[in-house]
Amino acid sequence: MIWLNVVVQGVLIGGFYALFACGLSLMFGVLRVINLAHGDMAVVAGYVAVFLVPHFHLPEVWSFLVVVPIFAVLGYILQRTLIQKSIDRDPFTTLLVTFGLSVVIENLLLEIYSANGQSVNIGSLISQSWHPASIIYVSYVSLVVLGVAVLVLFLLQVFLSKTGTGRLIRAVADDREAAQLSGANYRHIFGIAAALAFATVALAGIAYGTMTQFAPTSGGVNLLFAFEAVVIGGIGSLWGTLVGGIALGIAQQFGAHFNPQYQILAGNLLFLLVLAVKPQGFFGRRTSLA
Amino acid sequence: MTDALVEVQSLVVHHGQLKAIDDVSFRLAHGEVLAIIGANGAGKSTLLGTLAGLHHPTSGSIRLDGDDISRLSPHRRVALGVSLVPEGRRLFGSMTLQENLQVGAYHARKGPFTIDRVYELFDWMPARRRQRVWQLSGGEQQAVAIGRALVANPKLLLLDELSLGLAPIIVERIYALIPEIVALGVSIVVVEQDVTQGMAVADRVHCLLEGKTSLTGVPSDFTPAQVERAYFGAELSSSSTSAQEQP
Repeated sequence: MIWLNVVVQGVLIGGFYALFACGLSLMFGVLRVINLAHGDMAVVAGYVAVFLVPHFHLPEVWSFLVVVPIFAVLGYILQRTLIQKSIDRDPFTTLLVTFGLSVVIENLLLEIYSANGQSVNIGSLISQSWHPASIIYVSYVSLVVLGVAVLVLFLLQVFLSKTGTGRLIRAVADDREAAQLSGANYRHIFGIAAALAFATVALAGIAYGTMTQFAPTSGGVNLLFAFEAVVIGGIGSLWGTLVGGIALGIAQQFGAHFNPQYQILAGNLLFLLVLAVKPQGFFGRRTSLA
Repeated sequence: MTDALVEVQSLVVHHGQLKAIDDVSFRLAHGEVLAIIGANGAGKSTLLGTLAGLHHPTSGSIRLDGDDISRLSPHRRVALGVSLVPEGRRLFGSMTLQENLQVGAYHARKGPFTIDRVYELFDWMPARRRQRVWQLSGGEQQAVAIGRALVANPKLLLLDELSLGLAPIIVERIYALIPEIVALGVSIVVVEQDVTQGMAVADRVHCLLEGKTSLTGVPSDFTPAQVERAYFGAELSSSSTSAQEQP
């Protein structure tokens, strides 16, 4: 029963990791950009939800209705300006630029909001949980976040496979030049992919704020977990990201069961093991045409 | 001759320091097939890529129906009716046959080619439309690549090295389609290393040698020796006298 609880808690936290990671996976899969400011974007979304949304007389729980569209637009604009400019130079520049963005964001947040921890106020829901067995507690918040993650991944999957724009996104990811020759404006497609990635990371940031406290520097460690979830699951596979997130979550809970200090270590060990044994991840994409 | 579909004037294209295309000019009438032949590195693919918008000319112009398109990006040219079937096919590897065609059709112009029309042209396709393209043979992949370009309804179809890596019988079958495509009002530029194939299908031929035009005209007007000289820049066989007899 103890182990069952470890697995349950791992799955719950894994849902959050997947939600956090799917935008990262999308940015890398389509744009070939590793967005090192991904985690900080989530934190910014959290701050917007806590400090700006209440001005609209909207409960913080519903802040995603405002924050997600804002971030989608922000993602498109940032892609069409700063990130595209760095892609046009070379891949290494995108790392430098997004790293720089990360540093600027963290310091701006520190300057404006101080290092105090913040959280998204969701009322009494925070402390409620489902208690199906003597030692298993399923927090409603975590359950909702897991549900949101599955829903987001499902919607992304449907969008990418069933819509014309989604197919163009996959086409650009497969072969940018061939997609251009088929009439796709790849810069616009990049913008749409970035908008989707930023929308999901905004959701992840707010979800994080409901589950725990965040501070200006919370982005980094979450970026690491997201990165690990993507690699474990396999780059380019959305459901792989969910499986990767859950595997990472279970490994962490497993480690924490022995000693809280081992939580992150166990996750990192799983990550290294996957890299060593199956570097393409559980659901890594097949190699494309020769 | 103002009714030319394509008019290329004094085109110069650089790859870095290298002058890949050096002062090339030609016209292509509506419904005409032009073969561009030449040895490896003669600049054939660069010329085709420049027509499609993958490379931008250093100087010179490319006019399509009288409008200069030489500065437009590839996707804008697709919208105006220029589609390239790239060398090596370059299909979308994570997608099915049908999805590859759907991508091509997404920004399509109005015209006779639809996905269903392509399925008629290649009757094996409907049964296999849900297969991933990497499961198809090389010849089948080439057909999908042609179909993907056709569904955009181009006025000008650019075919780059169709025969590359394919069995001769497959190549023949693919080239047999060209008259059918032309009959629907499409002009075609083919790039071929296989001179016989290129000259057989073309109304006119344009030979490149180190980026320069070395021969241009109607295929039947040239002797093999003339073509050889234009192709290699020197005569390899001893039958050089026959070439000199030509005016």
